[in-house]
Parts: sequence; structure tokens; C-alpha cells
Amino acid sequence: MGHLDVTPVGDSAVLIRFGDAVEASTHARIMAFVDHLEAAPIPGMVECVPAFTTVTVFYDPVLASYSEVKAELVRRLADAPASTDRRVRVVEIPVCYGGEFGPDLEDVAAHNHLTPEEVVRIHTSGEYIVYAIGFAPGFPYLGGMSDRIATPRLATPRLAIPAGSVGIAGGQTGVYPIETPGGWRLIGRTPLRLFRPEDDPPSLLAAGDRVRFYAIDRDEYDRLGEGDDRG
Amino acid sequence: MIRVINPGLLTTVQDGGRYGYQKYGVIVSGAMDGFSLRVANLLVGNPEGAPALEITLVGPRLRFEELSLIAVAGAGLAPRVDGIPVPLWRPVLVHPGAVLDFVAETSGCRMYLGVAGGIAVPQVMGSASTYLRAGIGGYKGRALQAGDDLPLGPPGEWARTVMAMWSSRLRGKSFVAAPWGVDSRLLPKYEPNPRVRAMPGPQFEAFDEEARRKVFEADFVVLPQSDRMGYRLDGTKLALARPIEMISEAVTTGTLQVPPDGRPILLLADHQTMGGYPKIAQVATVDLPVVAQVRPGGRLRFTRIELEDAQRLLRKREEDIGRLRAALCHARI
Repeated sequence: MGHLDVTPVGDSAVLIRFGDAVEASTHARIMAFVDHLEAAPIPGMVECVPAFTTVTVFYDPVLASYSEVKAELVRRLADAPASTDRRVRVVEIPVCYGGEFGPDLEDVAAHNHLTPEEVVRIHTSGEYIVYAIGFAPGFPYLGGMSDRIATPRLATPRLAIPAGSVGIAGGQTGVYPIETPGGWRLIGRTPLRLFRPEDDPPSLLAAGDRVRFYAIDRDEYDRLGEGDDRG
Repeated sequence: MIRVINPGLLTTVQDGGRYGYQKYGVIVSGAMDGFSLRVANLLVGNPEGAPALEITLVGPRLRFEELSLIAVAGAGLAPRVDGIPVPLWRPVLVHPGAVLDFVAETSGCRMYLGVAGGIAVPQVMGSASTYLRAGIGGYKGRALQAGDDLPLGPPGEWARTVMAMWSSRLRGKSFVAAPWGVDSRLLPKYEPNPRVRAMPGPQFEAFDEEARRKVFEADFVVLPQSDRMGYRLDGTKLALARPIEMISEAVTTGTLQVPPDGRPILLLADHQTMGGYPKIAQVATVDLPVVAQVRPGGRLRFTRIELEDAQRLLRKREEDIGRLRAALCHARI
């Protein structure tokens, strides 16, 4: 499956680089390898973390040395299928766009010479790939947003962005799972809880999922919010 | 039960860490000085990763509402029970009503209070560690506050034996300490301005020649805005040979990443799971307890070590802890 770059990250992690660019095909290989590795963990493995172009494998060096871990990973990379046959999960995320939940929707529209309605239509028409979960618990790094609604980050980040806020930063879109400071342009909010510490897994989304956004009104937001309020 | 009279600066419940959930963006957390946590637990007959209190810089004032076997480990504070100094690194039996407080010392940053039975808080994702930013784990997801009551778990068999034998010697005294303690040669080399061992990081070659040299030569001052998430360092600015386009990837505890301003950040227990800054170096796991004890204003110097040596030292540390575990089974109680 071609040359792969396996490098140590200190004495207890290994980084495997599958490519240099964010591409759906690279992502598919990464997810196939993670599935393969999690189905039969290598000796000493603690956990593995997929990202856009990499998989990082954490291990306990008391149980396995770097050379043993590397040799085993190289062998596994040769064995791993190029794609996984698991069924891709599509998660639909309701969003109440604009108003108090999306204070930057007008700015995103103006920046791109569109109406707010067109921004919503474009944002809800795409299917997004969850490349990774990180930055905050349950935060999805999504790929696949249309360049037509790309907008730079705020010059001055907000001190507190409410959980559930849906935003745009450059060519990326995402949802803040917990309240945090941030500079993304906020276009709406979802009543769904992306971080669910009482559940296993604790995240609504996982790397490899697909996401679709759909527009709801305020009444629907309130109704769904009550249904999802379990913690 | 332990009653919190005064919480100190930052006192949290921590254990061996929350593993297996980084792919969901959930950080590992756990004790900053994992060695001290493990030994504090071993000395009271707990599993080494059991929930204990991590105490930072300014100590709390705590009252034990029941007979308790405790051990205090780490550096930076001198513990007292009812105003009488208590030795570190050994089991101590305290009477019901005993008040533990701490006097500041000149160096060191974090102490660990192990209690037989452990701090009995609910586990979240398999761990009792407090994840402050997400408000989960530990005691109600937050640092301790005055008036909190910390429940304790049932002491193990070894602890019960010790408590039964020593309680008769307690008669009116504030505490009874073991006549022995951990051999100081087994402890990490805690220092105010330590040298710590580090390996080149994944993007080491992307830095200019001066940065690659200076990272293993210069002194770095730990800035005041440092916390459990990471230490912000000042000193030599580290520059890339040329700008590189980084795509976020996983980072780990001990990662030395360099944002565009050239001032490195050393990621620690509460670091986020992914980062987009180039990583110039990676501190050896065996030296993380030493790093955890450096105060803001202290200096760090990185000494280059090979990966194989870092792993060898870690296995040696594990053997030392194993010896301690074995010795405790035969300790004269």
C-alpha cells in the first residue's frame, strides 16, 4: 500500500503518516487501519487516535519497546485493507440558523455576496466527513464545506461561545460541544449534545461518520432540546 | 470522610488518568506527578492509580472525620497534622477529627494526598480524574471548595491491618507515622531548575539550525500563565527553517510545540488531544514528575536523550516501584 512514514513521538507514542493532504481517500485508508488495529490491538497498545492524515498509536513502553511496536505496526500496515467494509453512519444535525443563535450569519452572507438564506441552503446541502474529533471533547473536524461560504475567523475571538454553536472558520465548519472561547463565525446552534460524558462512547460523532445539517425553527429547537437534555 | 475547611489554591481529585477516549477529544488528565501519586497510594495499600488529592502550591486545610491512614508525597509543601509536622513518603495514621494543613516551602509545586480506600468519587469513562475544562470527573467536575465532604472508599486488607495495629498507639496523639519511609534514592531528582531529558520531536528537522541546537542548550523560564494544560516557556525563541503547512495531529504529554511567536509550550496532563503547531522535542516520560514540580519562574533545560535510553530508564523506574511494592508487603508494621 505504498510508502508510509512511521515516526516516534517520544518514548510512548508512534505517528503513522498516510499522506500530506486532506483527502477522502487518505481518510478512508486511515479509518480502515484504525478499525483493523482496534479489532486486534498490538501488544502494549493503549489507544490510537486518527486525524486528517495520521494515526497516532499510544503504547506502554514498559510492555513493548519502540522497535517492537514499530515492527508490529509495519507488519499490520501491510496486512490492513485499503478500505473498511463497515457501514458509514450518516448523522443528521438540526440547526436553528441566524438570530441570537447565529449572530454572524449576516456577516458570512455579506462576505460572500449572498443572502443569509443562500448561506443556509449551501451549508445544509453538503455532506461532511468527520476527519477527527479533537480540540475539545466531541468537537468534530469536518471536511467538505463549500468555498462559496468560506469566511475568515473573527479578528477578536469571543470569550465564551455557547455549547451547540455551529460556526465557520475559513473553509471549515464545525460545532462547539462545550462552552469555550473561540473565533469562529457563528451561524446557528443545534439543540443536540455532541459531548455526552455519561454515554459510551461519550461523543455523538466519531471519526469516519458523515454529517448533514438541516434547518429548524426556534420552536423545533426548544422541543428537540428538551428531548436531548439527559445530563 | 474528609471535610474541606479551606481548599487551597487548586486542589483536585486525580488518578492514573483517563485512557482510551482521546479519539473522542477527551483528554487523559490524571496526576501531573504520576510517580508521587503512585507512591502515595502504595503507602496506604491502594491500587497505584487510585483517586487521590493533587494539591498545587498553596495547601488546603482538611479535617478527617474518621480514623484514616494517609501518605503525603511530592514536593513544595510541608504537611502538618494538628500543627505538628508530618513526614513525607510514609504511611501516617490520623485520628478522627485530625486537621491536616500545609506550610509552603521554597521549591516544588505539587503534593499528593493518598488515603486508604481512595477518594470515593464516581468514575467517568473509567477514571476519577477531574477534567476541569469539561467539568467532569473528580469531585463534581471541579476543584475543591470549602465545605465539600469527600467520601472515602473501604481500605484494603493491608491498610486495615495497619490501622488496627497502630490505633492502640494513637492514644491522645495526633498521628502515628511509620518508623520507615521510601528510600530517597528511589525518588525522581526534584529540583527548582532541573535538566530534563528530551528527544527530537516529529518536526525537529523543520526548525532552523539555531533552534535545533538551542533547544538542547538554552535555559527556558516557566511563565506564570502555566497550568496543568501546559507550561509556557520563555527564553530563546525557536524558529522554523521555513514556514510549514501543518495539519492538526495528535500530541502527547511532554510534547514541546512551538507556535508562530517562537515561544515553546510544553504540553502536560490536561493538554488537548490534537495540535497544529510543529513539535520540536518530546520530554522523556521518566522525567515528567520532575517537570511537574517546577514552579512558575523556575527554569528548565532540555538534555538530549535517545529513545531507547528513555525507555530503558522508564523500565528501571518501574522496577524501582516494583521493589517498593514488594518491600511494603514485608514492612514491619
